[in-house]
Amino acid sequence: MSALLSVQGLRVEIARRGRAMTAIDDVSFEIAAGEILGVVGESGAGKSVTGTAVLGLLERPARQAGGRILFDGRRIDTLDEDAMRALRGKEIAAVFQDPLTSLDPLMTIGDQLTETIRTHLDLNPAEAVERAARLLAEVGIPAPRERLASYPHEMSGGMRQRVVLALAFSCEPRLIIADEPTTALDVSIQAQILDLLRAMCRERGTAVMLVTHDMGVIAEVADRVAVMYAGRLVEVGPTASLLAAAAHPYTRGLMASIPDLHRRDVELAQIPGSMPRPDAPVPGCAFHPRCPRALVRCASERPPTFTVGASEVACWLADPVARSAA
Amino acid sequence: MSFVLGRLGQTVLVLLVAAFVSFALFRYVGDPVNNMVGQSASLADREAMRAALGLDDAFILQFARFVGNALTGDFGMSYRFGQPVATLIAERFPATLELALISMLIATGLGVPLGVWTALHRDHWAAQALMAASLIGVALPTFLIGIALILFFSVWLGWLPSFGRGQVVAIGGWSTGLLTTSGLRALVLPAVTLGVFQLALILRLARAEMLEVMRADFIRFARARGLKPRAIQYRHALRNTLVPVVTMIGLQFGNVFAFSIIVETVFQWPGLGLLVIQAIQFADVPLLAAYLVLIALCFAVINLAVDLAYVAIDPRVRSGAGVRRTA
Ligand SMILES: Nc1ncnc2c1ncn2[C@@H]1O[C@H](COP(=O)(O)OP(=O)(O)OP(=O)(O)O)[C@@H](O)[C@H]1O
Ligand code: SF4
Ligand SMILES: [Mg+2]
Repeated sequence: MSALLSVQGLRVEIARRGRAMTAIDDVSFEIAAGEILGVVGESGAGKSVTGTAVLGLLERPARQAGGRILFDGRRIDTLDEDAMRALRGKEIAAVFQDPLTSLDPLMTIGDQLTETIRTHLDLNPAEAVERAARLLAEVGIPAPRERLASYPHEMSGGMRQRVVLALAFSCEPRLIIADEPTTALDVSIQAQILDLLRAMCRERGTAVMLVTHDMGVIAEVADRVAVMYAGRLVEVGPTASLLAAAAHPYTRGLMASIPDLHRRDVELAQIPGSMPRPDAPVPGCAFHPRCPRALVRCASERPPTFTVGASEVACWLADPVARSAA
Repeated sequence: MSFVLGRLGQTVLVLLVAAFVSFALFRYVGDPVNNMVGQSASLADREAMRAALGLDDAFILQFARFVGNALTGDFGMSYRFGQPVATLIAERFPATLELALISMLIATGLGVPLGVWTALHRDHWAAQALMAASLIGVALPTFLIGIALILFFSVWLGWLPSFGRGQVVAIGGWSTGLLTTSGLRALVLPAVTLGVFQLALILRLARAEMLEVMRADFIRFARARGLKPRAIQYRHALRNTLVPVVTMIGLQFGNVFAFSIIVETVFQWPGLGLLVIQAIQFADVPLLAAYLVLIALCFAVINLAVDLAYVAIDPRVRSGAGVRRTA
């Protein structure tokens, strides 16, 4: 099965005071058609930057400094802006964190829907309005036809995030980059939005890169999980096996601190210390200053990716040579 | 609708306060009787005058009479010119209003598009040159700009007149210089002089607001929706930029009136500014009081216009959600 999205050796640099810091370092992963990949990691791990790179929306001071991004077998990171724009919103859509600020406050949601639809699909205004109303109905907004004339401020946060979902699904994309789509919402509404997102994706076979802080969300909706740490992928594997038996010490620490994980910038209860920032990179394994099981070589040699069962793990403990020797 | 009514109520209140200040000025700065009958009048004459003016009546009654008279345009006689204040002002007001409006029109018409352009082309050499020029425009004193323009365009090139208003045409009591060539030519230098500072200010604010809006989440999301740059820049970013820019333009009108006094002096422009300078020199209190009320009225009208512009631009104001941004 060839992947819908294939990120290969992605490297993103951020220029700061004339120096290039590496924010994303040699990140590779794939998302199959219709698959939901959860992406987790502490604040600042590089989840949003990775998603932004896939959307082709990196902006100064950040830039892609290496690697390739393939969508449906076609390389997209080298496309010119016009070609990439035609893809954005049509094949690859996005849902961002804050529904309160994702919508233009001066435009009705109907106009925002139809402008998106008419940018990508060859429909006349009446057909676009028709489609917009249908979309609102599908995301569970009552009286959709009347709601087209509403402005964002006339709706609650949950309703607005439904509108954002309608916008994301408006042109039947094959991949959605959802960057913490429920973090800004009331806890009581988070589950509804998540269920809606999952239901719509399953129905249409839409793949999702779902960035979240919430391991509970991962357990519930993700098919596979990618764990990021300090700009690198440390473990990627099927949700079930990752939750049951994570191979990487960092992933295990994450699991142990599940209830607290959504509290940002709080040190992980089970892992003392804090993640290195891009401006102060750590040699060897980036996790070694905090790792309870660090080996001598971890401080100087960067672990490659080893295959453990169905997972990919970047940790020397997973080195088959070492394991067979032990 | 209730929003507009509320605003109207506020406007009336502001005007009443202005009227009160100007009444207090009229009543208590100097002795009105002294000013009118002169030093040589007898005590009996003075008493008769006091009674005629109603100066012995209750304070509230006097204020009510002042407002009543003001409403009919009666602000009394100018001490200095011996003419009704209303007549004097009616003669001069059109000149100042035309000067102020045209200079604001120039400043807005150039400032907003140039500010937006410099925001969208930050690295273009012309954008950087404009930013540098706008700094100079903000810093240069108005009278210096006026004198430099006169020197260049009137004295050296001889293209434009350096003083006066040119030929005016009266249309129903309003004397306009906008309908004759000489009137328009006379307007160019003063209007530009008055507008330079506003132009620079509006340009810089429009640029700053545009840059800020371009960083907003909804612009990022609009990009993620694959909208064309034109749609993002003009349909989304520009409209959001206009909300604070309109506010500032409204507020700046006050400055324009203040600076017009300088410009009218430099260009011998026969407007209210020149009249007021004379009124101040001669402590012509009725004239000053009327000027104050008139300026307050202008402010009130402009504020109302700004509020109506809000209603047109921002749906949040329309529904009274009150997320209004004020500069
Ligand atoms: N525009 C930028 N300028 C400078 N540094 C940036 C920029 N964008 C991201 N970074 C840096 O890149 C790193 C990765 O940031 P990113 O936003 O991807 O983290 P994240 O995993 O999404 O975190 P969070 O959970 O807080 O959203 C961080 O160290 C951040 O400071
Ligand atoms: S490579 Fe070493 S330091 Fe890094 S996680 Fe594995 S054991 Fe710990
Ligand atoms: Mg993020």
